[in-house]
Amino acid sequence: MTVAVPLSLNEAFDELSRTPDARLIQGGTDLMVEINFNHVKPVDVIALRRIKELRTWHVNSNNTITIGSGVPYQEMEMGQLKELLPALAEAARTVGSPQIRAAGTLGGNLGTCSPAGDGLPVLFALDAIVHLQSLESSRDLSIHEFMLGVKRNARNANEIITGVTVPVLDGWQGYAKVGVRNAMVISVASACLAVDISSHSVRIALGAVGPTIIRCRDAETWIAQQFDLTSTTSIDRSIAQEFGRRVALESKPIDDHRSTAEYRRHAVGVLAQRLITRAYPS
Amino acid sequence: MNKSIGNEMYTLRINGQDRAVKDAWVGESLLYVLRERLDLPGAKGACEQGECGSCTVIMDGDAVCSCLVMAATAVGADIVTVEGLIEKDPSMAATAEVIAGQITDVQQAFIEEGGVQCGFCTPGLIVAVHHLLDKNPDPTELEVKESISGNICRCTGYGRIFAAVEAVIQVRKASR
Repeated sequence: MTVAVPLSLNEAFDELSRTPDARLIQGGTDLMVEINFNHVKPVDVIALRRIKELRTWHVNSNNTITIGSGVPYQEMEMGQLKELLPALAEAARTVGSPQIRAAGTLGGNLGTCSPAGDGLPVLFALDAIVHLQSLESSRDLSIHEFMLGVKRNARNANEIITGVTVPVLDGWQGYAKVGVRNAMVISVASACLAVDISSHSVRIALGAVGPTIIRCRDAETWIAQQFDLTSTTSIDRSIAQEFGRRVALESKPIDDHRSTAEYRRHAVGVLAQRLITRAYPS
Repeated sequence: MNKSIGNEMYTLRINGQDRAVKDAWVGESLLYVLRERLDLPGAKGACEQGECGSCTVIMDGDAVCSCLVMAATAVGADIVTVEGLIEKDPSMAATAEVIAGQITDVQQAFIEEGGVQCGFCTPGLIVAVHHLLDKNPDPTELEVKESISGNICRCTGYGRIFAAVEAVIQVRKASR
């Protein structure tokens, strides 16, 4: 087994061309569990944690934000990123524990592509663009095209996920999740809701209730027709309830070791109702 | 670039010292390397999946689970384990020499307030509390709770641990 710790993307691509089947490791919170339990024994590993260019983020001139794939969740929980992307900050704060948030990254969430990854519903609600780079070229993919299924994504073996770009929306946004306790849980069900007043849209994305993150297009269209997003400050409880019911219908949960399909379907409906009520108190 | 191949030696910076790791499989976790190769058994292994926090160490200024760090990737990082905290204890005079067996103010408070029962989670909690108070000397109750939310204790019910943290905060405040 070999372990490479490149200090730049160029070094990482050199290494990746030498060991094309290498496993990429960022914070280690997924891969190390598999290794500790002998579920995988990688032949080659390339650690991305010391590549500085992946650990930065910046605001672009078109009111979007590009976040490097190596920025740890703890940086999204506070400061300017929290102000600009409140839903991402809330999602980040629900990831594991402070120890996990110091290590875990959006790049890791994207690389692993678990439907329970807490960063992913936010990226789906914001229609994020995923940046992929190889030695020869780079490409941008919509998050909707990037995530293909449970732990499957469109990254080619010669590519490194360098970051994501998301828009700064004009409206309330938030994230909520259900688990067995407050801290240190993997989602049983989660949801991100984001209002964008300028495009008169409400987006809702669900985590852990389907093979990929699910955008509830029917419920989104329905809710945007119920009231004027610009002038309304509160909505009827019945509208919030109906929104929750419609969102639950669009989920595709399964029974597994963490919960049952029935409970998850109920839970995402409740989460959707809560989120829309936070955006527009009844 | 740092590269570790097969069983080649690599060097980690731990508690201010360069420590060579020899004849080790490069996929080993930092926790395993600390305990089994470098004779630093303070960090404890329990869940091996980042759930329990008993293996918490400080790496480049962050509290992390050493079971989730591949040791060979920590080359170049500054690592502090529970054994090295005494060197950084603010209650120690800068010139004072560390005497074997000497403990930090946080460790002393855990003893005095009854924050230790079986003791397995204690080293991880001690590291997490030191890390919290280094960054935030006057935390709110919620900040204390959140900062140790990744450290599981099945004995104390946490009440005596919160009392120990509060005691340290008060003592440090008085001496500022």
